[in-house]
Amino acid sequence: MNKTSWFNVVSLTLGFAFLYIPMIILIIFSFNESKLVTVWAGFSTKWYGELMQNEAFLNAAWVTIKVAVFSSTLATVLGTMAAYVMVRGGRFRGRTLFSGMIYAPLVMPEVITGLSLLLLFIGIGLDRGVLTIVLAHTTFSMCYVSVVVSSRLVTFDRSLEEAALDLGCSPAQAFRLVTLPIIAPAVISGWLLAFTLSLDDLVIASFTTGPSATTLPIKIFSAVRLGVSPEINALSTIMIAIVTFGVITTSLVTKHQMVRQKREEQEAVRS
Amino acid sequence: MRRFLLIAPPYAWLLLLFLTPFAIVVKISLSDIALAIPPYVPKFSWDEGIWAYLNQLDFENFIFLTEDNLYWKAYLSSFKIAAISTALTLLVGYPIAYGMTRVPSEWRPTLMMLVILPFWTSFLIRVYAWMGILSNEGYLNQLLLWTGIIDTPLTILNTNTAVYIGIVYTYLPFMILPIYSALERLDDSLIEAAEDLGCSRLTAFWLVTIPLSKTGIIAGCFLVFIPALGEFVIPSLLGGSNSLMIGKVLWEEFFSNRDWPVASAVAVILLLLLVIPIVLFQRNQQNQQEAEQ
Repeated sequence: MNKTSWFNVVSLTLGFAFLYIPMIILIIFSFNESKLVTVWAGFSTKWYGELMQNEAFLNAAWVTIKVAVFSSTLATVLGTMAAYVMVRGGRFRGRTLFSGMIYAPLVMPEVITGLSLLLLFIGIGLDRGVLTIVLAHTTFSMCYVSVVVSSRLVTFDRSLEEAALDLGCSPAQAFRLVTLPIIAPAVISGWLLAFTLSLDDLVIASFTTGPSATTLPIKIFSAVRLGVSPEINALSTIMIAIVTFGVITTSLVTKHQMVRQKREEQEAVRS
Repeated sequence: MRRFLLIAPPYAWLLLLFLTPFAIVVKISLSDIALAIPPYVPKFSWDEGIWAYLNQLDFENFIFLTEDNLYWKAYLSSFKIAAISTALTLLVGYPIAYGMTRVPSEWRPTLMMLVILPFWTSFLIRVYAWMGILSNEGYLNQLLLWTGIIDTPLTILNTNTAVYIGIVYTYLPFMILPIYSALERLDDSLIEAAEDLGCSRLTAFWLVTIPLSKTGIIAGCFLVFIPALGEFVIPSLLGGSNSLMIGKVLWEEFFSNRDWPVASAVAVILLLLLVIPIVLFQRNQQNQQEAEQ
């Protein structure tokens, strides 16, 4: 299996260079002294300082985090329920419509989702702001959560749940004590996915927000339309650093957990 | 009763915030524009019964779309841009996915993480990164001028080429991952058998590897093509005024022209166009699942 030919080495090197060079350039030029992003004039961290004093960006970042925490939590609850219904619910009236509504938002173009939600909010006279973005983000991210969670539920051994029921658990207890701990990794990654989707969303947020609530992507987009700027480079670098840190930490934690689980299983077999 | 409590919240949520809004879009696409708030006239009501309602239906916004060249061009050019960039993404992504299955297996999780990492990084930032590279004074032109390959800077930013680069770059993980998972399942002895039977490496690749990774290729292509068709961010940051994409047209129709009925009609047609690739994609996924069982 391990035939690493020169062709593979070249394609992997070029491929990963293509994926990473743009971001590396962006990071390097965030430490540029000059206001012109394309001319290097010496090392400086002044753009980070300016960013920290830019209230508009800080406010937008705060709004974005609030929206992401609320919507991903709500989406995780609703998405897990939806996944449970899809995998365990059996037949019920309107199941086809339900599964259609779970999968459709995944492929719906963002411009259409945004437009339709805006028209709904105007129709029912809801003032646009943080609340409407939270509602919009919950709607599309609950579908991603339910896909992630149901893939875990499908492979899950149902007899464990039945054993708990036989041993006198109520269905709610069986869910809390048996099912939930086992699907927890999927629920957590569903939450993280919903959180990142919410942080990242520009199009739907632009449609569903009002003047009172500007999220970071909306702010970045309007700044970037005027051209590249060192401040945006600094902001991007911070965001890339946070994501990299988060992804590496989670992957180390899951790796550690897997190793531990394996060891426990081996010990259980031995005893 | 308990089951009802479990089904009801997500069901009601989706009915209210997914299906109803969409029904409203369809309804508004059939109304007239007006200079008011909200800027459209709800043309007809349900009061007189369903037949009266259906008799009043007129499709003038849709007819308007067919009469104005702009919309035809926008749909066609979105289609073209999405198709070409999907093909390019496949061309770039396949060798990477293939290379990933050919390295020692202890490297694979790391390479996998390196593919996924950009996917978690903000889409907007990844598009923005290219603005600095592709502009006239950008890093690419600086490099090419410095090496003496060109004498005058190339104009790449604000053209369709920049849009292709942006789509390939941002959607690359969607192409690599399904192809990688198809190639990883591939049994190497099949290729050895083909080589034993007299195939050259290249013919074995063409006759064995490619067909066996077909499901991954198809899945990857749809995962790039479907979102690319409605793309808004990439054409508005990297594309020029002549790179028409329907997502951008819808946005401008809505925010700049405030023509809600036409924006809604544009949305309805975009969705109708997407139904075909989405159905094909689902069929492919189903076939794949059946093949695995």
